[in-house]
Amino acid sequence: MTLARADRVSRRYGDVLALDQVDLEVRAGELVGLLGPNGAGKSTLINLLVGLRRPTSGRVELFGGDPRDPASRRQIGVTPQETGLPGTLRVGEVVDFVSAHYPDPIPRNELLDQFGLSELARRQTGGLSGGQKRRLAVALAFVGRPRLVVLDEPTTGLDVEARHTLWEAIRAFHADGGTVLLSSHYLEEVEALAQRVVVIGQGRVLADDSVDAVRAVVGVRRVSLTADGLPSLPGVVRTEQVDGRTHLLTADADQLVRDLVTSGVEFRDLEVRPTSLEEAFLAITTADAQPAAAA
Amino acid sequence: MQLALTHARYQLLETIRIPIAIFGSAFFPAAAMLFFVVPFAGKDPVAATFATASMVTFSVMSANIFSYGVGVAEDRQQPWDPFTRTLPAGPAPRFAGRVLAGLTITYLSLIPVVVIAATLTEARITPMAFLLALVTVAVISVPFTLMGLSIGYALPSKAAIVVAQLVFFPLAFGGGLLSAPGSAPGFVEAIAPYLPTRGAVELMWAAVGHYEPARLSLIMLGVWLVLLAALGGWAYRRDEGRRFS
Repeated sequence: MTLARADRVSRRYGDVLALDQVDLEVRAGELVGLLGPNGAGKSTLINLLVGLRRPTSGRVELFGGDPRDPASRRQIGVTPQETGLPGTLRVGEVVDFVSAHYPDPIPRNELLDQFGLSELARRQTGGLSGGQKRRLAVALAFVGRPRLVVLDEPTTGLDVEARHTLWEAIRAFHADGGTVLLSSHYLEEVEALAQRVVVIGQGRVLADDSVDAVRAVVGVRRVSLTADGLPSLPGVVRTEQVDGRTHLLTADADQLVRDLVTSGVEFRDLEVRPTSLEEAFLAITTADAQPAAAA
Repeated sequence: MQLALTHARYQLLETIRIPIAIFGSAFFPAAAMLFFVVPFAGKDPVAATFATASMVTFSVMSANIFSYGVGVAEDRQQPWDPFTRTLPAGPAPRFAGRVLAGLTITYLSLIPVVVIAATLTEARITPMAFLLALVTVAVISVPFTLMGLSIGYALPSKAAIVVAQLVFFPLAFGGGLLSAPGSAPGFVEAIAPYLPTRGAVELMWAAVGHYEPARLSLIMLGVWLVLLAALGGWAYRRDEGRRFS
């Protein structure tokens, strides 16, 4: 069963095309990671799916209905990217306020306990630390016993320990049959939680695959050297010539260097660097689309 | 409905946690009572009653313009506002809650004026007239609520504070709230009927004593209502379109 769906969805802000013909399906029981650099369009996609914005073209569906219809949102819980809590309200009051919108909310103490917030129930949210606010904001997504939670960069600004506490809560929810869509720009976070990864860059879906498949792609390294003419080498996914330097992108840099040496070709200034997520994906996708355009 | 009450409750909680917000809207009318009404009209039961009604109108106006104008503008800047839109409820409960909370603040801000009138002046009112005045307060809140909402939805909060301050005094003075019925300076008498404050205060005067509201003031109050409702609706939709389209 599909809980959330985007069908050829585009979203434009003035001159900027934030999303370009995006398709996405989140099925019941999945834990899907939306991975991509800042400004890739992750939050825009999430805002469309939870009904905060309307697509410029295309269709979004939530539980088979329009996300802008309150009834379609009855079984979701959301943590937006920005943590904005009413500063004068106490932690417990904020939980009660959100609970009032759902027919069968999780009791306040149980929820606060689960997210390690019990001690803070009487504190005004304005006095919490950034990490405590973030944990509360994530906890609020779970108040209404949702079937789907949508978390936009849930662990931004958290220290390692708080991040792991949160990951545990997300895993427990998923183990109980819950469905999760979470965005992140950390590969580590998506690896730790998700089974399926959707990579977004420049408003498009660049990859939609298992974590392992995506890790293999992201594990691409850049081998740079100066040489006059190279033989064709196995395992090179892309070759670039910039200012007399040759850049080779490969999934196995060790083997490539061995091959280079055994080929006997003259080269200087060998350098091996990891590629950033963005670089890896953009390189590979543009290479697929237009192999001759190496700059 | 239940949800509207919940929203009203938490909005009130938020306001009450910063008591100066309520104090602010109650201060001006209470101070005006002490400095102008008590010494100059306090001994005359009729004049004191009318003057108190004027200050009540003043208080209703400032409480509404400030609590909606500044409150809405500030809320719009908080990420909490979009979060509440992901909850399974439409905009109606939040909006109804806001109006209920605003009305409650309005009544609270009237307490000092009424207490001063009852204890320090000869102002007198029958229980029936008092009830009628309470209802009239809700009625005359409507145009000022709409004015506050227009300001709050149309402007960012820093601008909203300034505009709220800029409109409230000319409206009070120009509408003749600071003088007894029929005894305002000439130019005020001339422009007053065209301001929403005039129709509002004439309704209050009619509620508390023998006063026949002028037809022109009431017609203009109706015109203001339509204008402000249109302006508020426009500002709300424009804001929605800008932030949530």
